[in-house]
Amino acid sequence: MTKQRGTRRGFLLILAVATLIALAASIRFGAIDFSIADITHALTSLIPGHPEPTLNQRIFLELRLPRAVLCLFVGASLGVGGTLMQALFRNPIVEPGLVGTSSGAAFGSALFFVLGGVLHIAASVWTLPIAACIGGVVSTYLVFLLAKSREDGRASIVMLLLTGLAVNALFMSAIGFLSYIARDPQARSITFWSLGTLSGANWKSVSIVSITTTVGSILALRYAKQLNALMIGEEEATYLGVNVNRLKWIILSINVVIVAVATAFTGVISFVGLIVPHILRMMRGADNRFLIVGSALLGATLLSLADLIARLALRPAELPIGIVTSAVGVPIFLSLLRRRQYVF
Amino acid sequence: MLQASNVTFRIGNKALISDVSLTFPPGQLHLIIGPNGAGKSTLIKVLARLLRPQRGKIEYESVDVEAASEADLARRRAVLSQAVEVAFPFTVREVVMMGRYPHFGGRPGPADENIVDDLMAFFDVTEFRDRDYQTLSGGERQRVNFARVLAQLWRLTPGSLALNGSSSNPLCRFLFLDEPLTFLDIRHQIDFMKKVRSFTDAPDVVTVGVVHDLNLATRFADQIVLLDGGQVIAVGSATDVLTLENIRKVFHVEPTFVSVQSGMHLVFD
Repeated sequence: MTKQRGTRRGFLLILAVATLIALAASIRFGAIDFSIADITHALTSLIPGHPEPTLNQRIFLELRLPRAVLCLFVGASLGVGGTLMQALFRNPIVEPGLVGTSSGAAFGSALFFVLGGVLHIAASVWTLPIAACIGGVVSTYLVFLLAKSREDGRASIVMLLLTGLAVNALFMSAIGFLSYIARDPQARSITFWSLGTLSGANWKSVSIVSITTTVGSILALRYAKQLNALMIGEEEATYLGVNVNRLKWIILSINVVIVAVATAFTGVISFVGLIVPHILRMMRGADNRFLIVGSALLGATLLSLADLIARLALRPAELPIGIVTSAVGVPIFLSLLRRRQYVF
Repeated sequence: MLQASNVTFRIGNKALISDVSLTFPPGQLHLIIGPNGAGKSTLIKVLARLLRPQRGKIEYESVDVEAASEADLARRRAVLSQAVEVAFPFTVREVVMMGRYPHFGGRPGPADENIVDDLMAFFDVTEFRDRDYQTLSGGERQRVNFARVLAQLWRLTPGSLALNGSSSNPLCRFLFLDEPLTFLDIRHQIDFMKKVRSFTDAPDVVTVGVVHDLNLATRFADQIVLLDGGQVIAVGSATDVLTLENIRKVFHVEPTFVSVQSGMHLVFD
């Protein structure tokens, strides 16, 4: 590793610019391309006293723009979630999609759609995110409970991945069943849950995901130093004044909330949380303060680009975004797995 | 002053430490010796409050450590372990800086930066400062960790951590060594012990360590604790503790005492 400390700030600045560029591309191109004039007109129409937006501009304001913004926050939450999980387990091949968090969250929200339709539950805006969180907590906890060794109570990474595989399959089949019996159009689309898509984005989902992502990331940032200490081992972290059990619970909770809420509105998007911290570590080292900020920015950028590809590849039709992220993520995941020093 | 009174630590029904009472005055180097499974590491971990004993108490300057917060303890107690694995590519300087974590909130201050640089120079690891810790050899890593641990205990002005501000006597600092010499060659073993020795010469430092080499213990310790089966067999100076009888009984080897320039030397059959 070369000298990193001074260049991290500059690197984050570059990432922030990249995020803005990705956002600009993401709002401009898609099934329809909006001209810059259209975009400015649409945006100025929001200011009182300006002319009403045309139909085209209305599509931009109600569909394209919320989708692009949601994409940023979902990408950020997946990136930060990946960083937190990898730090927690001191292993670079863990990510929310692999240890069950995402599929559990997807199951929780699918269940909400199905039961909500049947039972006519009086739902507030937060009912869906809460259902997703419960699902995420249950599945994540289930994976760790089952992966724990009977002898020393520790979860080996092989057990973790295998158990995650099984629990993911379980929840995915449950989602399949729910989709089969569902009436709600959103829940009926199994593709939505299993491969992820941002096509359902609206301003309501943007507002919820932006709150959990921002609050969660800022909270996580406060624990960056303690997470660094954890990287030299649990005993050593304790000697450095960290209450390790408390830290684990806090980080796991933050992770479940930000990932589950994002998943509730987009379905399972895998491998973003895996790739993002990995790239950042290769570029500028493993300091968690840098990784948390960086993974929010890089996650947002990469998911925006992935969504752009998903929209443009078969234009005017659209690919589920999970196909794009998996196509890029799987090779990286496999190459990480083959590096033996990472597996313990 | 570090005091253990009637300390018993069990896992299940097995007592790893039973009814140990010991006193460790500051300014002295205390080394624990004993055969494998004697409970040496466990005793260190109990003294450092990583493990909580079922019976008895540990006092740092007459204050029971049971209720102390992790953060408070970390400002005056540090532990050098046998080997430290770092999970991700942290640089050497970042690892040493971790020793200062208990002392600053958000970002390290200039004092923290200076301490880290000084200690890296002291342990001769400045040339590795921007290297990935994972690429270092075992001996190099241990030097980095020693720098980190001393950075944790380093004090800028004596008395700055005075108890409630009311006492002019600074609180003692506690350095624990959990078999830190295991992966070091003989030159670095001696160099390490010399550095520990000189750090311990400060009047407010209590150092308690575990070593395997009886000759190293003889040469550097002020007080030796001989442990076997979780119990203290003997405690005192090298000549009091390392008797023919004790060594036979505990280690089951036959020692020969050789007089050398620096004192006594043990040779085994």
